[in-house]
Amino acid sequence: MNQTLSKISEDIKSHRTKQDLFASRTFFVLTVFPVLLIVIITVALYLRAQPILSEYALTDLLYGEIWKPNQGLFGFRPFILGTIWVTAVGVILSVPACILVSIYLAEYAHARTRTIAKPILDLLAAIPPVVYGVWGLLSIVPFVDDVLAPLSKGRLDSIPILSVTQPTGFGILAGGIVLAVMIAPLIISVTFEVLSTVSNDLRHASLGVGATQWQTIRNIVIPQTLPGIIAAVVLGASRALGETIAVLMVVGNVPKIPTSIFDTAYPLPALIANNYGEMMSIPLYDAALLGAALVLLVVILIFNILSTLVLQRMLRRK
Amino acid sequence: MLRVTRYKEKIMDAHIQVKNLNAYYGKQLALKDINIEIPKNQITVIMGPSGCGKTTLLKTFNRFFELTENTQLTGEVLVDGENIYNKDIDVTEVRKIVGLLAQRPSPLPMSIYDNVAYGMHIHHMRKNREEYKDGVKHYLEIAGLWEEVQNRLNEPATSLSIGQQQRLCLARGLAVEPEIILGDEPTSALDPISSQHIESRLLDLKKQYTTIIVTHTLRQAKRLADYVIFMYLGELIEAGPAKEVFSNPKHERTKQYLEGLF
Repeated sequence: MNQTLSKISEDIKSHRTKQDLFASRTFFVLTVFPVLLIVIITVALYLRAQPILSEYALTDLLYGEIWKPNQGLFGFRPFILGTIWVTAVGVILSVPACILVSIYLAEYAHARTRTIAKPILDLLAAIPPVVYGVWGLLSIVPFVDDVLAPLSKGRLDSIPILSVTQPTGFGILAGGIVLAVMIAPLIISVTFEVLSTVSNDLRHASLGVGATQWQTIRNIVIPQTLPGIIAAVVLGASRALGETIAVLMVVGNVPKIPTSIFDTAYPLPALIANNYGEMMSIPLYDAALLGAALVLLVVILIFNILSTLVLQRMLRRK
Repeated sequence: MLRVTRYKEKIMDAHIQVKNLNAYYGKQLALKDINIEIPKNQITVIMGPSGCGKTTLLKTFNRFFELTENTQLTGEVLVDGENIYNKDIDVTEVRKIVGLLAQRPSPLPMSIYDNVAYGMHIHHMRKNREEYKDGVKHYLEIAGLWEEVQNRLNEPATSLSIGQQQRLCLARGLAVEPEIILGDEPTSALDPISSQHIESRLLDLKKQYTTIIVTHTLRQAKRLADYVIFMYLGELIEAGPAKEVFSNPKHERTKQYLEGLF
């Protein structure tokens, strides 16, 4: 009697153990998969870009200024600079406001304000990029054309990066404004998290000697969280670097090196999205586009890894 | 229901007067109609079992209570006859006059020197570098830390031991020239020798400062107190000169607490 009982319980036990083992192994594979995917994509991009990389020196590709695939000219430089310009304008427009909003939410706002405002800000991230693109097309491009460009003309025009030569409103500034709004929720929520890692004991130590809240923020909270705030900005920048459709719709897409925020630009993601799959009969065209994708991927990966490392260290401290 | 013996007798030289003070966390009443006067230049010890509202009472004296969200306060706290909860009172002035020594030492993330100079800078209390240096030295001496740190002023404050950190916090608090020192169980995180250091500093300082200490150790209360406040469940049960309260408590609860019954 006893023996059968123990036999049964042993059967159950082994069955449960097997189940457990199966679950943990399946989940492990599922977890490893995305990690592998990054490696696979990077390697695949590299292999597919190999033809052009063996044909041209990497420096020629990166510094080449002319993009004429049917003549065999594959200069990435206008696209790389276009990406940098649009991203830089977006980040510069977005960051100051985002940091102030985060400080307000983390330091000044009542709990009630915070619980209402935070989800709404997060909701900005849920708007599809194409909707941002349409908004940019219908509101920002005319705004740049009708308000900002005339504002610069004759006044700030003499400053090279503000000169207006391009009369449509499409361009870096429009793209930058759209990007600024798109990356705001990410920068705000990460900066908010980072600010919340500062212990209240520290805030109270400062307030306790009669410092104002602003003095406490400036002298204690910000110095303490600066690496994390920078990481939040870098994360926002890497999001901006890869943003495709919304930027593509407002930025003009002319493969020329920009010199002013009112110029048009042609960022790397737009180049790839606009052209991949067309005119593939041109030799090396496929390899060139995938090479562009590889450059973009590597830059964004580096940005992401760096900021994630900094943020993980800060949040662990919490 | 508890019967509250309210302390009615006027203290000649009251530094803080609390009138009809009620404090709420959300809807929960944490302080019930507190009326008390705290004598100048003495050490007042607030004691009572945990959760009795002693820290809450202490935090109403430097307006730290309002830093907790969703709190509410009615009544008055008068410092030198002026209600610190008046609308036109500058809260940073209150906190300059009423310094706080927290339960755990909380050195600011900067050098030892800068920790002491911090408050002086905030209030622009000195004219030049030399004066700041003198000020930092002066207050580190008062806090009994100068000897130990004079050669390492530029090291981060966190490199000090916990006991040293608490004396640094004392120096930082004193540097803005307060009149009142609050201590929220200021030795509870410290080892016995460090605690002794802090206690002896507080005893030295009581001639110049009104000191109010919250403690849960009876022995510390007996060592420090000139004046005692005993609280229970948010109410003030008994208050009076230390000798009287310790030797002849009027209220049954106080007697039980002093006998260690709870």
